[in-house]
Amino acid sequence: MAKSPILEIKDLHAKAGGKEILRGINLTLYPGEVHAIMGPNGSGKSTLAQVIAGRDLYDVTKGEIVYEGKDLLELDPEERAQEGVFLAFQYPVEIPGVSNLYFLKAALNAIRKKKGEPEVDAMEFFNLVRQKMGVMEMDEALLNRAVNTGFSGGEKKRNEIFQMAVLEPRLALLDETDSGLDIDALKIVSSGVNALRSPDRAILVITHYQRLLNHIVPDYVHVLADGRIVKSGGKELALELEESGYAGIEELAETAR
Amino acid sequence: MPTEVHSIESLANQEYKWGFVTEIEADTVPAGLNEDIIRLISERKNEPQFMLDWRLKAYRQWLTMKEPTWANVHYPPIDYQKIIYYAAPKTKIDRPKSLDEVDPELLKTYEKLGIPLHERELLAGVAVDAVFDSVSVATTFKEKLGELGIIFCSFSEAVQEHPELVKKYLGSVVPHSDNFFAALNSAVFSDGSFCYIPKGVRCPMELSTYFRINAKDTGQFERTLIIADQGAYVSYLEGCTAPMRDTNQLHAAVVELVALDNATIKYSTVQNWYPGDKEGKGGIYNFVTKRGKCLGVNSKISWTQVETGSAITWKYPGCILMGDNSVGEFYSVALTNNYQQADTGTKMIHIGKNTRSTIVSKGISAGHGQNTYRGAVKILKGATGARNYSQCDSMLLGDKCGAHTFPYLEVKNTSSSIEHEASTSKIGEDQIFYCRQRGIPIEDAVNMIVNGFCKEVFRELPMEFAVEAQKLLGVSLEGSVG
Repeated sequence: MAKSPILEIKDLHAKAGGKEILRGINLTLYPGEVHAIMGPNGSGKSTLAQVIAGRDLYDVTKGEIVYEGKDLLELDPEERAQEGVFLAFQYPVEIPGVSNLYFLKAALNAIRKKKGEPEVDAMEFFNLVRQKMGVMEMDEALLNRAVNTGFSGGEKKRNEIFQMAVLEPRLALLDETDSGLDIDALKIVSSGVNALRSPDRAILVITHYQRLLNHIVPDYVHVLADGRIVKSGGKELALELEESGYAGIEELAETAR
Repeated sequence: MPTEVHSIESLANQEYKWGFVTEIEADTVPAGLNEDIIRLISERKNEPQFMLDWRLKAYRQWLTMKEPTWANVHYPPIDYQKIIYYAAPKTKIDRPKSLDEVDPELLKTYEKLGIPLHERELLAGVAVDAVFDSVSVATTFKEKLGELGIIFCSFSEAVQEHPELVKKYLGSVVPHSDNFFAALNSAVFSDGSFCYIPKGVRCPMELSTYFRINAKDTGQFERTLIIADQGAYVSYLEGCTAPMRDTNQLHAAVVELVALDNATIKYSTVQNWYPGDKEGKGGIYNFVTKRGKCLGVNSKISWTQVETGSAITWKYPGCILMGDNSVGEFYSVALTNNYQQADTGTKMIHIGKNTRSTIVSKGISAGHGQNTYRGAVKILKGATGARNYSQCDSMLLGDKCGAHTFPYLEVKNTSSSIEHEASTSKIGEDQIFYCRQRGIPIEDAVNMIVNGFCKEVFRELPMEFAVEAQKLLGVSLEGSVG
């Protein structure tokens, strides 16, 4: 029996402040797949992630996003998250005074509530966290600090993937998770993501650079330019891009207009 | 407009849950104020001459004073002749001797408010004095406290039973002439709480006063006096509510704290007077003078307040740091929603050597709320080695509210040090989105962010009350989003 897709994006158009940023995106992710989206700055990569997550800074003007057979655009951001959509932020947000653990427990329980599962108590939660912490080489001290407050860039990114490990989404969107990481941090974060690859999860990796894809090897690579996917291929496409740069791609986008 | 911002602006639809009226017959004096009314109040309370003299002195002083206008609050002139200055629930006996003699309607009211008066129902560790309109109706745990020599009773009772203490300390921190509202209070105050902790005694439970305004058109003028003798410790909490009325009601209280050598007083307030409706109609004018005197060496007075109610709050709990090495603290959360106005802060006056003070103020403005921090730090000539640290943070929810900060500094000793930090932030659309993206509903997200913002203050509250304060904050922000 053919598997049904986790995510289907059809002819998606989106605007911000009157400017059209996404201009007809088509993309389908099946369970177990890792897709990478590459593209120059301003091509709409982050916008795509934010639109899927439900950020209301963007207006969807045309097209649809179907997630597990449901119309995702009908759902509020928290409902999308509760259904299993997770966005690892490019710039994780600081919330002073709210402990990382408290925050994560509230998130986990909101998701469990939606699924009709009982809330986890402090003990169960702590055990779960302990177990996931090892994978991300998270320092226990970070758990008791306020959410992302005073974290280094690398700590913030690691915290995102750690949250993903605890919340176990069906669809994970990683928005430039490699930006601002040195090579050691990049390896830790990548191995964390690889540990989360699973036959019933789809991952969309958004990145400007090919280097992340040496560590998180995608099944498919798509090149985004000027709000459209202008080229798709296997993992070798990333290497091609690394050699030729985005210059050729922009020409491709021009001719597609 | 992003829905987060939009929904924060509608952060106004909270229902005031304590707005009911108790149908109870009241013994009142005619509206208006003159010397006869004051004599009448004093007579009703069967007061000794020194009290009447003090009241009249205050009244005469008040007549010469002008209502202050320097605060950043706006309201139509108050007609002081229209206020009823004394209202007491009618009882058959002069004063209830035990809870059994208290009107069951009254007890029901306190039950509705969640204030347990029956000792057997009491949560362990909290003794309550309840003030209904003008008089104290019941004080719990009195006997148990009495065994330790602790006096915890209504002010009226203290005047009768312990006149020497009252005479010695009444007005010793907030003189009858201190300010317009304090003078008015001194003239007409009808009841309040009195507490004395003897030498070396650590009060084993939280003491608590619960204030309720019920009668219409009355003002509430209570007075609290707490004295911690040498080496004593007490933690005290005050809570307040009032029915919903569409006219404004005046509450002008005075609180005086005295800490002798090595004594500590911790005073926490959760103020939830009726704030008025969504259009700003009605609500309590909360014009309160609170001050503590660290009279002895190594003494400490700590104020913690969570102010979520009242149409207007005008309040500056302060500390006079006289004893060497004495410590003053002020931790405050003030929330203004709808059309509420708050002008609140503290005054720290350093007189003794090596005195220290800490000020942490968190202002939250939502709806059309206006929130002002006003604080004064004075370091006098003799206060060698004095230190102050102030931190004032403001948070705005929506774009129709305001936050203002007025810190005043006066330093007359060069060996002192003062630090001041201030910040204003908007509750971030990005913070809310981050929470929602993790599955946390928008109302919970706002709550979580606001509570995080107030954390440094909440952790100063006694445990049970910290939970209460967090809930109250949640209720006050309810309907703000979604």
